[in-house]
Amino acid sequence: MGKVTGLTGNEAIAYAVKQCNVDVVAAYPITPQTIMVEVISEYVYNGEIDAEYVCVESEHSALSACIGASLTGARVFTATASQGLALMHEILYVASGLRCPIVMGVANRALSAPLNIHGDHSDMMGSRDCGWIQIYAESPQEAYDWIIQAFKIAEDHRVLLPVSVNIDGFILSHSMERVEILEDGDVSKFLPPRKPFITIDPTKPITVGALCLPDYYFEVKFQQIQALKESFNVIREVNAEYETLAERKYGFLETYAMDDAEAAIICLGSTAGTAKAVAMDLRSKGKKVGVIKPWVYRPFPEEELIKAVGDVKAIAVLDRACSFGAPFNALCSDIIATLYRHGKDLRVFNCLYGLGGRDITPNDLKIIFEEALEVAKTGKVKEYVKYVGVRE
Amino acid sequence: MVRLQDLPVEELFTSGHRLCAGCGAGTVMRMTMKALRGPTVVVNATGCVEVASTIYPYTSWKVSWVHIAFENAAAVASGIEAAYKVLRRKGLWDKYVDVIAIAGDGGTFDIGIQALSGALERGHDFLYICYDNEAYMNTGIQRSGATPHGAATTTSPAGRKIPGKPEFKKDLIGICVAHGIEYAATASPAYWNDYITKVRKALEVDGPAVIHVFAPCPTGMRFDPSKSIEVARLAVQTRYWPVYEVERGKYKLNIKVPQPKPLLEFLKMQGRFTHLFQPEAQRELEALQMWVEENWKRIATLCGEKT
Repeated sequence: MGKVTGLTGNEAIAYAVKQCNVDVVAAYPITPQTIMVEVISEYVYNGEIDAEYVCVESEHSALSACIGASLTGARVFTATASQGLALMHEILYVASGLRCPIVMGVANRALSAPLNIHGDHSDMMGSRDCGWIQIYAESPQEAYDWIIQAFKIAEDHRVLLPVSVNIDGFILSHSMERVEILEDGDVSKFLPPRKPFITIDPTKPITVGALCLPDYYFEVKFQQIQALKESFNVIREVNAEYETLAERKYGFLETYAMDDAEAAIICLGSTAGTAKAVAMDLRSKGKKVGVIKPWVYRPFPEEELIKAVGDVKAIAVLDRACSFGAPFNALCSDIIATLYRHGKDLRVFNCLYGLGGRDITPNDLKIIFEEALEVAKTGKVKEYVKYVGVRE
Repeated sequence: MVRLQDLPVEELFTSGHRLCAGCGAGTVMRMTMKALRGPTVVVNATGCVEVASTIYPYTSWKVSWVHIAFENAAAVASGIEAAYKVLRRKGLWDKYVDVIAIAGDGGTFDIGIQALSGALERGHDFLYICYDNEAYMNTGIQRSGATPHGAATTTSPAGRKIPGKPEFKKDLIGICVAHGIEYAATASPAYWNDYITKVRKALEVDGPAVIHVFAPCPTGMRFDPSKSIEVARLAVQTRYWPVYEVERGKYKLNIKVPQPKPLLEFLKMQGRFTHLFQPEAQRELEALQMWVEENWKRIATLCGEKT
């Protein structure tokens, strides 16, 4: 078994990357991700890992260099946040389109303007449809565990897609928590060296990234769609194998107190921790509330969500990023679409919260739970999109 | 200098690509491939060469070839070079690989210069070749930072008020040399021997090297496709395109032009300069001539030549 230590989210990710025996890290510093790349560069400069650290001049070049390295067959990691992820946007699609199993740590942060360095999900939600597997961690422990699993998922030949592991900026990236780390040897056994499917080996020349006109482009994209679907099986297998190693159970989503719940909150990342505490408190007062926290946001776990929702009558979906001008924000749209597709007729309302690092308090969550219970009781939604904690 | 009989017969950039008739860049690519010394990976930025040579499911490349995007050839090359370095160190790869990044002038002078600067500063062992057709030819002849003064493009047209591009060409080699790299050179496909020799020399450098090669474009510069090499030669012989190299900061003029041909001969061959011969554009023509003269003087002085 591993040992217990104190690590921030950034440090937990860096430590996992170190144990995963990466070959190339190309990254550019950006708040609140900075410490992630600082720690990794320390590992490299102290000779604790044998990797090339390419200290690039921008995030655009970071991901470009990662793709180049990944195509040689190397195990590759990068990290970013906010404007940096936005700057990578163009290349995110190339990474998935060329089927490069890159793993990226993202310390989620608001986007300009106005400039803000604090946590919300605007950066990753802006990259929602780029063909990456997207995972949200609730704690540094989860971030650590998911990074190790992410390499295994990404590099599986049935998948070959990049994976991002998201932590809430500052809330997780900078907060030190108890993290149980595995032995190096156990990680190596779980994650042997990468076996690339195909590489740019110059002794067996291939052309990568050719121009695909209307006669072939759609088929290539369709293969990506299928690979993302196939990743369901791989994620499930990797979760199961990891559970036997670490004795920590992962899946597409986590449910908390959902068995006989009448109302539930669905949210991503660290907010789920607060929601669970509030739910526990309300349960002790006899109120039947629960929490659903998707770990895997892309591919979207429809079946698991329907199973988790069970007989709940009302759901409050919490979004930490705004889809300007849309009927609902991103997570809520996905959940409503899933419920509709599976013939689930229950009441859903959307709460936009925490933009630019605005706190969401236990009291805020208590109010949301109570409104959800009220909706469950009356069957009527008063307000489809609520703005939690904003001064109007 | 390489001898003709020493060049490999094998074509690693094959015929059948879809570059225009008379495309200088195509000739440059073919010549580039004649200079290889071993396992090579080519990184190609978006541009004429990329779109015309790899239309799926076809490819003109018999070396491993990668395209990622327009502005990042140097960054992709950085990643590939770094990866082979660590894989060799870990015993997972046993060969040395030459990495060549290829981009046009748009992908180099303008959108790609940040990635190029970053890669040169970090000292990756790779060769960067900029084929310069002096405009964004792939998107249909728009002006770039490499377009000469007075040239008409679709975004610097020969207008009634502004006759062609008002600005002058950027000094790419000067910028690259300022990074303290070991080798940088200009070249012309009309002087095949000089170019191929330079490519090999640049590959042999341990660290970044840059070659800036003129790539005549019949479509965008508007001349007869049979005249490409003639245009490329005239560019050199009129002193419009000085051919020189910079080794460890030391400049050397490779092709001396003691008795230059009149610049007008070079300009008159190309439709992009036609408007400069109208009386109202006289000043623009003179400004371009003055630039060519001063640029030559500057380079010749750096090379320690009498001007």
